Amino acid sequence: MDTIDTQAAIAIIERENDKQGALISILQQVQEEYGYLPEKILHLIARRTQNPESKVMATASFYSQFRFEPSGRFTIKVCQGTACHISGASKLLDVLEEELGIAEGETTKDRLFTLETVACLGCCSLAPVIMINETAYGRLTTNKVKKIINDFRNGRTG
Amino acid sequence: MASFSQGGGVLKKRSKTEGTRLKVGLGACGIAAGAMNVFEEARKTVEENDLPIRVERTGCIGMCHHEPLVEIEEKDGGRILLGEMTPEKIAPIIAQYMENGHIDPDNIVAGTDYITENDPFFSKQYRIVLSNCGTINPESIDEYRETGGYEGLARAIREIDPDEIIREVLDSGLRGRGGAGFPTGLKWKFTKQAAGSPKYVVCNADEGDPGAFMDRSTLEGDPHSVIEGMTIAAYAIGASDGYIYVRAEYPLAVSRLKTAIRQANEAGLLGEHILESDFSFDIRIKEGAGAFVCGEETALLASIEGERGLPRLRPPFPATKGLWGKPTNINNVETYASVSRIIQNGASWYSGFGTEKSKGTKVFALAGKIRKGGLIEVPMGITLKEIIYDIGGGIKEGKRFKAVQMGGPSGGCIPESLLDTTIDYDSVTKTGAIMGSGGMVVMDEETCMVEVARFFLEFTQNESCGKCTFCRIGTKRMLEILERITNGLGREDDIERLETLAQSVKSGSLCGLGQTAPNPVLTTLRYFRDEYEAHIKEKRCPAKQCRGLISYRILPEECVGCGVCLKNCPVDAIRGEKKQVHEIDPKKCIKCGICLDSCRFGAVEVR
Ligand SMILES: Cc1cc2nc3c(=O)[nH]c(=O)nc-3n(C[C@H](O)[C@H](O)[C@H](O)COP(=O)(O)O)c2cc1C
Ligand code: FES
Repeated sequence: MDTIDTQAAIAIIERENDKQGALISILQQVQEEYGYLPEKILHLIARRTQNPESKVMATASFYSQFRFEPSGRFTIKVCQGTACHISGASKLLDVLEEELGIAEGETTKDRLFTLETVACLGCCSLAPVIMINETAYGRLTTNKVKKIINDFRNGRTG
Repeated sequence: MASFSQGGGVLKKRSKTEGTRLKVGLGACGIAAGAMNVFEEARKTVEENDLPIRVERTGCIGMCHHEPLVEIEEKDGGRILLGEMTPEKIAPIIAQYMENGHIDPDNIVAGTDYITENDPFFSKQYRIVLSNCGTINPESIDEYRETGGYEGLARAIREIDPDEIIREVLDSGLRGRGGAGFPTGLKWKFTKQAAGSPKYVVCNADEGDPGAFMDRSTLEGDPHSVIEGMTIAAYAIGASDGYIYVRAEYPLAVSRLKTAIRQANEAGLLGEHILESDFSFDIRIKEGAGAFVCGEETALLASIEGERGLPRLRPPFPATKGLWGKPTNINNVETYASVSRIIQNGASWYSGFGTEKSKGTKVFALAGKIRKGGLIEVPMGITLKEIIYDIGGGIKEGKRFKAVQMGGPSGGCIPESLLDTTIDYDSVTKTGAIMGSGGMVVMDEETCMVEVARFFLEFTQNESCGKCTFCRIGTKRMLEILERITNGLGREDDIERLETLAQSVKSGSLCGLGQTAPNPVLTTLRYFRDEYEAHIKEKRCPAKQCRGLISYRILPEECVGCGVCLKNCPVDAIRGEKKQVHEIDPKKCIKCGICLDSCRFGAVEVR
């Protein structure tokens, strides 16, 4: 824990703190920088923005975007929106859980993949859809998903 | 000059041409279908062969069923749209086109001189908000201005009194496109009249309804139209600061907006002393952090303030007490984009479209089991049947239509018997659904309506912020009942219980989330009660979807022992030697249906 470098977080806080309503932006940028919200940094944010720790924690835990543990190199978001749901999204999730050997919300041991679900990716007419980091993949089948995962494993993508 | 397009006009010839251009549709959906590889391959081909053709990017033209899409803009301004492009196809197409101007008609889905005029996908649409989407480069302010963009704003600032702008918006009959349909001009008037300063203009780009992507496509395909609309609103209301609240899942929309805001600032259309007037206005982007309830306006404002997104009691409405307690006008993306066109072309032009009480056009995201899914814009007053069958081409794979879901988790499922319903706020509300923000998910005979109700309740249950007891606990009880029914454990009085609970949740909740959460259950109960009864009384799922009520089996007489199902089963529930009949172990089977999908011999049966 203590090996975490606070330098970047301090810079973010200093840049944002005088703006109104900056807390969420600070949390977002910290997460972008560190990949998650380390406990030590959350304490730091509370101190430096003069917010009670309870408020920082309550805000961070309210929004599903924030994570408190490091994620894998590739975050896979499986869409669970209406269009995807009725087009077999749950099968994709079944296959991904099996293929990666983890459940939704978990990260593989090699820290390559984190598996998440998301409410809708806004590509509904290509359902079912998944997003890996910031790229969406549409019109998927269970076999296509397996192939994509293998491509990532073999370093052919990303 | 405006360039509005109906029917074939969607791909109207361009008057001003800049030589041959090849434009790849790079909305998030195009990219999801593989358009980036097509774009890169096209670039490479053109560079390597030093061809006199420019490769550019554009937004989404709405024919998502043909993605990835590529448009060729010919030297004379003619336009040809190519569908289902792949990196392998594009290079030879470019080579042949450059050699003799020929394109294999199999690759063409629409074009100036092609089938578009008669293709109901376009001919029944009327594009106002989407007129630029998929036809201009969203990263070029010049292209937006060539279509008449920012002329409305310029005219407003130079010639029109703010009160007159508000009157113009009122006269246009525009109602908010975010769901509730409140008259936009009236909201502006209230915000203007409210005491307090500064005043704020906020754009709701949270687009939380699953199954909806209108706002994403607009932001990605024509970001300047939203910025212009917000700036006009700010001028009319007397606001100096603006925020666009965009949901976290839309990184491309955020980046296009940032580019557009920078360009507008550089062009003197945003920032200090806009167009050398006394009017100044700044826009900032706030990215959401993944909470559906933040689409609700008061929760959204709390979130911009850096707080948890908890809805606040209304009144006071944001118009009088909004962001940091100051008067705030909040509208949806499509609302602002419509405003730009209204000020550009006049209220009477806009109110010429639509019905008496619902003016103008509405954008819908067509998805689900529909053949031609995509992004469409239609005049109010069109029927659901025209949208689903004429524009959407009916149901995929020749299956039977069952319902269309409108309004997301706050809306409902409309059955076949009501397909003649016209699209206007009042008629849609009468069905028990709502117009909503524009998501339209089509369901076929293979969709279980009880399961759909469970799905939405799970969603709202998850997204309830927990502030109101009825919303928090009531939806939970309802979800438990629906889970029980879909698992085959439904009880005789469950339907009644659901109905009672639905009423309490509706009346006992503070914000729209809870007040509308029971709608998907109530509409499915109203139109598909027989499906509920089949689950409860006969322990049968008519659509064969509910995992607790179905079983899979391999038919020995059909199985050839190819092993494909065995290989694909995610839980190793299938046994069998090669070339021998295979068998499913019911204890291990999770009923995902992957074996059924993967068997090419029709040997898997679901009961
Ligand atoms: C739970 C809930 C979620 C909502 N989500 C959205 C949304 O994602 N986008 C939106 O524009 N309006 C949404 N609304 C409606 C807004 O509260 C508000 O009415 C709208 O932004 C006003 O803009 P308009 O008048 O232009 O429609 C939501 C409302 C509720 C109750
Ligand atoms: S429902 Fe999956 S992308 Fe919208």
